Amino acid sequence: MSLDLATVRRIAKLARIRVEEPQLPRLQAELNGILGWIEQLNEVNVEGVEPLTGGAQMALKLRADEVTDGGIAEQVLANAPDRAGDFYAVPKVVE
Amino acid sequence: MFDFTLAGARAALRARQVSARELTTAHLGAIEALNPRLNAFITVTPDLALRQAAAADAALARGEAGNLTGIPLAIKDLFCTAGVRTTAASRILEPFVPPYESTVTANLLRDGAVFLGKANLDEFAMGSSNMTSAFGPVTNPWTRPGDPSPLVPGGSSGGSAAAVAAGLALGATATDTGGSIRQPASFCGIAGIKPTYGRCSRWGIVAFASSLDQAGPLARTVEDCAILLGSMAGHDPKDSTSADRPVPDFAAACRRGVRGLRIGVPREYRSDDMPPEIEALWQQGLAWLREAGAETIDVSLPHTKYGLATYYIVAPAEASSNLARYDGVRFGARTEGGDLTGMYENTRAAGFGAEVQRRILIGTYVLSAGYYDAYYLRAQKIRALILRDFTEVFRTVDALLTPTAPSSAFAQGERMDDPVKMYLNDVFTVPANMSGVPGLSVPAGLDARGLPLGLQVLGKPFDEETVFAVGAALERAAGFSARPSLRAGG
Repeated sequence: MSLDLATVRRIAKLARIRVEEPQLPRLQAELNGILGWIEQLNEVNVEGVEPLTGGAQMALKLRADEVTDGGIAEQVLANAPDRAGDFYAVPKVVE
Repeated sequence: MFDFTLAGARAALRARQVSARELTTAHLGAIEALNPRLNAFITVTPDLALRQAAAADAALARGEAGNLTGIPLAIKDLFCTAGVRTTAASRILEPFVPPYESTVTANLLRDGAVFLGKANLDEFAMGSSNMTSAFGPVTNPWTRPGDPSPLVPGGSSGGSAAAVAAGLALGATATDTGGSIRQPASFCGIAGIKPTYGRCSRWGIVAFASSLDQAGPLARTVEDCAILLGSMAGHDPKDSTSADRPVPDFAAACRRGVRGLRIGVPREYRSDDMPPEIEALWQQGLAWLREAGAETIDVSLPHTKYGLATYYIVAPAEASSNLARYDGVRFGARTEGGDLTGMYENTRAAGFGAEVQRRILIGTYVLSAGYYDAYYLRAQKIRALILRDFTEVFRTVDALLTPTAPSSAFAQGERMDDPVKMYLNDVFTVPANMSGVPGLSVPAGLDARGLPLGLQVLGKPFDEETVFAVGAALERAAGFSARPSLRAGG
């Protein structure tokens, strides 16, 4: 499967990364180079194989559903690029 | 002062032959002298280091030495350190000062370590050369004799590896998602282990690919790595994938020897384009292990050749998801862009470098509607087959021996024209991440150009002790004593 320019543009939009039009062809060539190399996986027979989702071969632990921390709004907001009181501030969304 | 191993420095500190302050001051001086040439550190924290050294000296005076009291370390700038800027070598995290400490670095501090600063890396740990850092490339302290052209230290933990090899730190933290501890260890002539997935907590480590990322140490000897891992490892309720098992005495395992062990030699790691000197070193390593009493057995890991391509679906998929959090809202850099979507797009275009953007885009594509089954689901199934290969082979052998990397260190700027060419560096290291098994790189010899080469020991899940036993036996036999041209006190 080879990506056309419209698909590269759509992926960049989905990933929320601005890509200027003149950069698209080079990016398209790089992505197609990587995806072309990945095509080799089509020769592997995976019939009946259960997908492996995680790195740890163990059951995840359960824990009690309870609040264990909190009350640190200043720390949570300390790195915010913009804030208004105890809120993160973003460009206006609703007029 | 710079001839100490970590174990040696620890003994000297406890015997009060050297103080933590002297040791720390000497290493800070070496950083000041050599870091302008190596660029191994993004941030140096001399005041913090001297305060920690003073506390270490006080503890030593009271006779309360911990595992690492007074030992100066470099911390890969992917580990969050409370109050100390943590960048992941990315513009997008340039202003980020974590209010919390990662579990691994908290464990090191609990045991008395001194932090010299934050080590350079490939941006978000994505790379095999340290060329993708937004803070500039790291230079390998090794050069080819008679040829001053700067070489890469490998990656992504290139700053950590260069700092340790050049004597700027006695050890370093690192992380390994596809080879990022073992390949730089091989390129810089030092030891490094990626432990079993789950051995160390990932809490507070900037996430790249969560099912593959694992923290581990880099140091100049196998025993030093064992001592560091003993402090770094352990269960952490804050990481549900961290293993709730006791931490063995890894350093004691280094003295076990290999008599009676069965060492597998995977035939798929042999390729026609492998340099003959790497093949020769591999054979030499097997001969050393036989002389030490081990038996070597040819084995097969049939899906090895698909490991790398599988990795380049799984890792970007997880990365695209993990890096979605960098949106200019809660932390990190923001670039304005009119409306909210414009702000997101501008922030991420300005904040991420080219390689990180490529991987996010690949990951977004393989997870997108209509392509998920063809790419991501297929990759997860092949990942299951790779794990099955290891599970079967470990029924008959105790450990595996392979080369760490298909080449020695290459020049800065080489292999930059084609991303796939750079990815091929990790062909021997990626299977351990896909399967979660532990892998150790041991410096074993020099190539014809005078550059270090490592051998890799792979072990059963949570059997790092055997891996250390085999690695230490190789280290004793190899007697690797070559040192880089650029080093502290050299």
